Amino acid sequence: MAKELNRTLLKKMLYDMMLIRHFEEKAGQMYGLKKIGGFCHLYNGEEAVAVGSVAAIDLSKDYLLTGYRDHGHALACGMDPKAIMAELFGKITGCSRGKGGSMHLFDAEKHFLGGNGIVAAQIPVATGVAFAQKYRNDGGVTLCFFGDGAIHQGAFHESLNMAKIWNLPIVYICENNQWGMGTNFRKVSSVDDFSLLGTAYGIPGKQINGMDVIEVYQEVSKAVEQARKSGLPSLLEARTYRYKGHSMSDPAKYRTKDEVEEYKKQDPILILKDKLLQEGILTEKEYEKYDSQIQAIVDEAVEFAERSEEPALHTMYEDILVE
Amino acid sequence: MPVITYREALNQALDEEMARDESVFLIGEEVGEYNGAYKVSKGLLDKYGPRRVIDTPITELGFTGIGVGAAMAGLRPVVEWMTHNFALLALDQVVNNAAKMRYMSGGQFKLPIVFRGPNGPAEYLAAQHSQALQTYWAHVPGLKVVAPATPYDAKGLLKSAIRDDNPVVVLEGELMYSFKGEVPLEEYLVPIGKADVKREGGDVTIVTYSKPLKVVQEAAELLASEGIQAEIVDLRTLRPLDEETVYRSVRKTNRAVVVEESWPVCSVGSYVAWLISKNCFDVLDAQVEMVASEDIPMPYNHTLELAAQPSVAKVVAAVKKVLYLGE
Amino acid sequence: MAERIPMVALSPTMEEGRILSWKVKPGDAVKSGTVLCEVETDKATMEYESPRDGILLKLIRQEGESVKVGEPIAWIGKPGEQVPDDRPQAAPLDKPEGGGKPSSSPGQKPPTPPPESEKAPLEKQPEKAPSSAGRGRLEVPVAEGGIVKSSPLARKLASELGIDIRRITGSGPGGRVVRRDVLRFQESAGKVEGGKELEGERAVVAPSKPAPVLLDQEIPVSGMRAAIARRLSESFFTAPHYFLRVAVVMDGLLDARSRYNAEGTQKVSLNAFFIKLAAEALRRHPRINSTWKGSTIHIHGSIDIGLAVALPDGLITPVVRNCGGKGVREIDQELSVLVDKAKKGTLKPEEYTDATFTISNLGSFGIEEFTAIINPPGSAILALGEIRKEPVVTEQDAIVIRRILRMTLSCDHRVIDGAVGAGFLRDLKGMMEDPFRILL
Repeated sequence: MAKELNRTLLKKMLYDMMLIRHFEEKAGQMYGLKKIGGFCHLYNGEEAVAVGSVAAIDLSKDYLLTGYRDHGHALACGMDPKAIMAELFGKITGCSRGKGGSMHLFDAEKHFLGGNGIVAAQIPVATGVAFAQKYRNDGGVTLCFFGDGAIHQGAFHESLNMAKIWNLPIVYICENNQWGMGTNFRKVSSVDDFSLLGTAYGIPGKQINGMDVIEVYQEVSKAVEQARKSGLPSLLEARTYRYKGHSMSDPAKYRTKDEVEEYKKQDPILILKDKLLQEGILTEKEYEKYDSQIQAIVDEAVEFAERSEEPALHTMYEDILVE
Repeated sequence: MPVITYREALNQALDEEMARDESVFLIGEEVGEYNGAYKVSKGLLDKYGPRRVIDTPITELGFTGIGVGAAMAGLRPVVEWMTHNFALLALDQVVNNAAKMRYMSGGQFKLPIVFRGPNGPAEYLAAQHSQALQTYWAHVPGLKVVAPATPYDAKGLLKSAIRDDNPVVVLEGELMYSFKGEVPLEEYLVPIGKADVKREGGDVTIVTYSKPLKVVQEAAELLASEGIQAEIVDLRTLRPLDEETVYRSVRKTNRAVVVEESWPVCSVGSYVAWLISKNCFDVLDAQVEMVASEDIPMPYNHTLELAAQPSVAKVVAAVKKVLYLGE
Repeated sequence: MAERIPMVALSPTMEEGRILSWKVKPGDAVKSGTVLCEVETDKATMEYESPRDGILLKLIRQEGESVKVGEPIAWIGKPGEQVPDDRPQAAPLDKPEGGGKPSSSPGQKPPTPPPESEKAPLEKQPEKAPSSAGRGRLEVPVAEGGIVKSSPLARKLASELGIDIRRITGSGPGGRVVRRDVLRFQESAGKVEGGKELEGERAVVAPSKPAPVLLDQEIPVSGMRAAIARRLSESFFTAPHYFLRVAVVMDGLLDARSRYNAEGTQKVSLNAFFIKLAAEALRRHPRINSTWKGSTIHIHGSIDIGLAVALPDGLITPVVRNCGGKGVREIDQELSVLVDKAKKGTLKPEEYTDATFTISNLGSFGIEEFTAIINPPGSAILALGEIRKEPVVTEQDAIVIRRILRMTLSCDHRVIDGAVGAGFLRDLKGMMEDPFRILL
């Protein structure tokens, strides 16, 4: 099945997932060294969702928004790891000039509209971006990511309703990593099949395997096509898993080590790597090469961040208003 | 010069700006088919169609956030809140997103969005529908806040707000919609960030904004008949404040009274009063007095309701206090 | 490539941890998440998970060792990679605080208190005197009884007009002096300037026309009145006063003065003579030129004599400084400037405070003699009565008519004993009757 897809695409998806994984591990370490402060939400284990989804869109006309667990999406959109790491370090060379931090990564040019610190706040905003695309009739689509914790916010429901009545070109993707901070999603959801929540608004909903990047890519592509061609929004629930705690200060005592280990067996990187090795698309040597390349990129990002300057004090008054 | 209502002035502003710039659209509850809960958007749906005049479900948080997203993606939304009371539901999108996107992204985005609607008490509407919430908006860096009190200012400020590349909150008023005033036929703008001296006088400076301007003007007439000439400074913009116009007036008169329709605690007027006390300290011959609404939820009973708001008598008393004209 | 693995903060407050036990040994394969060791932190025992995949090549720190956050504990890399043999003395990967100023360190951790040196200057800033806009010019006027309530504008105006604001009675709330009070005061002092006469006709002060009968009225106590009350009460009830009286034959001095005044253009006042003579007497009796300090008596080096001057609503004592070093003419010139200022209310504090000795002259009122209250910080005050013609018995038992001045010296017995005071007064009298005695 993998052979049907473009080899280059497949290798790129593997590479991107590995990049995210290494970057997040390094970010975790940097946090432990107090280079990064405040909130830091890591994406380890969920890489397939961001990578598979971005592969399904065209960032020259499409847009992507997500919540605060945004490092993976930022990298998947092609943002420079140096700029992201520098932002995490709070340096002036960061993608938000040191003013945003981990939860507020943005890249206007790459159509990555953040990054948002308030749970579900990005959902109406993403719906508004899709509104603009419809308004201009430019054929673009918006991907809106959020977690299992966000799906119960009023903002989610208000947005889906309006997306449907106005036929907005948007795909809502719920990354269900099954834990809303320390709370298992089943405990706080009246229905635990989130695809049904789409039905409530007349929107097609589907559950997909978020650990399989190829499945993510294929399903998101279908949903994107539907949104682009007929203005029909959809809701995808990507079942996935995060290896780390909710954030750096979460020791994740609410789940067992065994549970984590079980999910690691479904590691999206290993799954794809094995598949590609099996189908002869990739060799172990190439894999090693990717690994050391990525290691170097991530180290370079840290080094860049380290030697970058702190923002000058006067910059705190900048970028508030358009003058 | 034609005399029109405040409502008509706003309608003209919306019409003109929508005609001028295709990316301007109006979104809110009842703005289209109903022609506006207060008829401010009358005729716009017929003229511009449902693509540009959008009726929403009752979802303040949702459609305000949609406005934010549309603005980030390059459009110029005008978001109407049926009243500012309901805007509380949308506080997160305005304060956490609209006001901060530019900052958090290091300057990558501009949010050319207008939030508008009636603010403050009307009549008989009771506690939840009578709030003046300008303090909440004026408090937030990243927003601009305007408060026109006359048809002329309403049209000019709304046009400026729509053309501004930043989020602008516009404070209208249900009872102000029927105020009449002269509005020129030719196009004009009122700049954001400039106060206006509505009446000149040498004896006392009265600083005010929004609906109480009317009460202050009546008070000034009464005071004039007693030989006291009040100078009225209408702030027109609450953020950014035009401090210099205020100080220039106080330097002339040596005394100031701030009048506003707002709960007094942490009000915009209390901030202005402090600014005057600090920056005009040496020329003040009296303490700065403030006339605000009573620090209570608005009662339904009309007599109580009127007693809870600034009045001509309260303004006159405050003026006499700073002139040491004893009781 | 091989990488040094540092000790990381396993809890937000952790600064260092003790490796309790290694769970892997050199040569073991590890994955991201594999527990490398157990670490005892300030809070609890935590598991340290590997940040990456690879082979554990070498342990840098051993079980039982305490490691600071940032210091390396092991090497992880590819199989067979060589790694240097570094001991704890090797430079730590990164100091947690290194690389940035405090502003770079992350925000969410509990903030460490600023170092002492940063804190101290803030704490050391003393409470300044009540705030004022400018330096000196608009300092809040402190009348002896406390702060004079006044609007900033009134203070500025008074200062510009050269009026001592303490002289003005305020009509504002709580006796606040406001602009109209300053303007009215100025008008009544003789000058008329274009001021706003807007403020209400009702005034708080007593009506200006003398009433045919007395009226019940409350007069607010001005700053000056309060000051007089306070200071003189304190003086009279604290210092044990006693009084020495002498009668002085003035003919010689008066004739001499007439002669001098006839020849000069400037007529020298009698008070100037009194001041000069008193200064000469004080020079010979420095004990009188003093201040009671409780554990010490301060003898003043400079002889600064104050002359009590009556004002419409009070009194003030302009002071001629260093009378001992000045001649009568000089004293007189200074005195006349000071008295003029006193009457206009434009004396500065340094011009009417801290007289070391005071003279009060009620002769022009026809008072024969009187006792005065000592003006602090001095220890004595000289009260002069009217110069009158009186019959005097001479040495030869004849009765002659002479111009007699009765003067009374009030002394503070804490400082000046009877004989000391008497000695001073005797010498002063002697010099007044025969000024040549000054030469002795």
